[in-house]
Parts: sequence; structure tokens; C-alpha cells
Amino acid sequence: MERAVHDRGGWSTGSAIDRTEHELADWELLTDALVGALGREGVMNVDELRRGIESMPRDAYERASYYERWLYSLETILTEKGILAPGELDQRVAG
Amino acid sequence: MSEHDHDHPHAPIADGDEPATAARARALAELLIFKGVVRREDVRQMIDWLVSRTAADGARLVARAWVDPEFKQRLLADARAAALELGLDPGPSPVVMAVENTQAVHHMVVCTLCSCYPRALLGPPPDWYKSLPYRSRAVSDPRGALTEFGVELDGDVELRVLDSTADIRYLVIPLRPPGSEEMTEQLLAALVTRDAMIGVAQPVAPTPASVQ
Amino acid sequence: MRFGVGERVLIAARAHEGHHRTPGYLKGKVGTIEHAHGAFTNPETRAYGTDGLPEQPLYLVGFLQREVWPEYRGRADDRIYADLFEHWLATAR
Repeated sequence: MERAVHDRGGWSTGSAIDRTEHELADWELLTDALVGALGREGVMNVDELRRGIESMPRDAYERASYYERWLYSLETILTEKGILAPGELDQRVAG
Repeated sequence: MSEHDHDHPHAPIADGDEPATAARARALAELLIFKGVVRREDVRQMIDWLVSRTAADGARLVARAWVDPEFKQRLLADARAAALELGLDPGPSPVVMAVENTQAVHHMVVCTLCSCYPRALLGPPPDWYKSLPYRSRAVSDPRGALTEFGVELDGDVELRVLDSTADIRYLVIPLRPPGSEEMTEQLLAALVTRDAMIGVAQPVAPTPASVQ
Repeated sequence: MRFGVGERVLIAARAHEGHHRTPGYLKGKVGTIEHAHGAFTNPETRAYGTDGLPEQPLYLVGFLQREVWPEYRGRADDRIYADLFEHWLATAR
């Protein structure tokens, strides 16, 4: 049975466990806090966050950092809900 | 496997391009605040909460359990209630479960599907906990993974791995180190590391200085 | 709660299009009920914007590692546990 991209138990990567740690960057804390605030407002829940992450194409999921996956999910789910218009965030970043 | 129907382009997530992602996150935050979807003050409070979280709270639970057998039983029965009893924030999960290491059994915790972790009590999870190799090997080759962490279990110790697949958050009560019998609760707490409460390390052994 | 502690259960081997929290490595495996957690909101529906009600029974289920992984390296009594919803479980024959 094919595995979904996030379903990693026993999915060998061939890599050792890298124990390097990093302090969360400000944008990572912000991303985390946005999810929390959206949850508190009843706009988006953690199961939706996970579903959004799981919708990433496999190569993107595996290349992305942890909070990059959260950001992808936020954009996906909020666009799905009509809170973000398609391309709206791109415009804001560019402008 | 579900397919996400892409009829709108995402800007590419640039590999290793943190500044672009940082700007994107900030732009999203500003947009959502501007639209009134979230309040700036709520976002700030969430950040404040996140940065306030450390493993010290988890260590307090463990140290109290080591010195007080009746508290340990309450911790094992309901870790969420036990945390509240000590004035600690157990976090948003409806259930927190403590599992006890013994001479016969060692526990280790993972979330193979994402990164579920008792961060109210342990602080943010380390990168390796969220990594693909850990999520893979913690379940399929946990003894190999423990070797990478420098832990070699005695030959007669049973290993139990817990995959946090639902709303329950798991905390390991490590074995109290030999030689710590005379230590105060406060000094004991200093021996209890985050990694010991995940199950990938043993607590720090007491030194003559730390026992005083 | 349909199952009691100590009962043997078979984990459904279904693909399930859409969000679910039964890991692939446990699908089709037989385990033992370790603990009945009670009922919780259903992530499979909550992930699509509903309230996840009605709550569904959830169990901590334990498996012998050597029965999960053909090449498991460890003790014969090493175990893996996961929290699984009742609608993924059936009485093991």
C-alpha cells in the first residue's frame, strides 16, 4: 500500500539522525503563533494544519524545513477557506 | 493518497532561502491582522507563551515523582492533573500521560506522522525529533536510534516506543540515578533533561558537588 | 468503548483517501489493547473544517516489534504503541 508523504514510520531515508539544534527564528515563532491564534479564533484547527502539510508534493515536503511546511499549509488551507485570495500573498510579498 | 487540486500557483518554497520564507511569513501575518482574521495581541501572546516553555516544568514533575511515591501514582494516573497540582501549565492537549522507566522497561516517544510533543512541559521539540530519520527509525529500529544517542540499554531491558498519533501527549519518567538518594527535589530536577523525558537519554548522574 | 484492555485487535489495512492518523506501518497488523482513552474528536472529519463530532473511541494499542518489522533488531519482547481509533480496529481472529 502506497504511503502518504508524511507517514514516515519505517520509511528509511538512509541518513543518520542529525542532532544539530537551532533556536527558532522569529519568523518560525510567528508562524507557530499564527496557527495558535487562528485556532483560538476558530478559523483553522490543528487537524486542518496537518492535512494542509500532508497535501504537499513529496519532493517539496522532503526538502522543506519544518515551519516552511506550516507556511505552505497555512496558505493552502486559508486559500481553500476563501480567507486568502489566490495569489494575494504573492502580490503582498512582491509589492 | 489524497491529491491537492492545484488551480492556483504557490510561490516556490526556495530551498535554504530563509529570508524569503521569513518575509512571506511576516507578510501573511500582516495580511491576516489587516483583514481582522487574527488580532496582533493574540499573536504576541502566543509567541510569549511559546518562548516561555522549557523542560524545567517537566523536570519538576519528575523530581516530585521521584521523592513522593503518592504523587508518582497521581502522575501516572493523570499527568495533566498532576501538572496542574504543581501549578504548571500542562498545555492544550486534553490528555497527558506519563510512562515510567524501570529496571525492566525503557520508554521512548516519537510522532511518526508529524511532530506531536508535550511542549508545554518540555519546551519546543528539538529539530531531530521532527526529522524524517528519527520519525522513521524510532519505530523500526529504536535500539539503533538509541545507539546514535549514546544510549545502550542493558540486555534484559524491554524497549517500548510510543507513537503519538492522536491527542495524547507522552512524557517519560526516567529512572532515578543511583547515588541521588540524599538529594533534594530541587537538585534532582537539575538531573532531569529534556532528552531523558523523551526517552533518548538517561538522566545526568549526580556528582559529589551536585548532591550537596 | 467496544474493546477492553488485553483484547487482540486487527488494524484495518485500508488506504483511506484523506487525512487519517493510522500509520501505514501498523495497517494490517495485530495488536493488544493496552489502554482505553475514552472518546475524542475525529481528526478525519475535523481536518475538513467540521467540529469532529461525534467523538470517537480511542485506544492505546501495543504491538510486538518483531510482528511489525520483518527485520526488527532488538529483543523479542520490545513493543511499539500507537493511539488508534476504534473504527480502525476489529476483533483479531
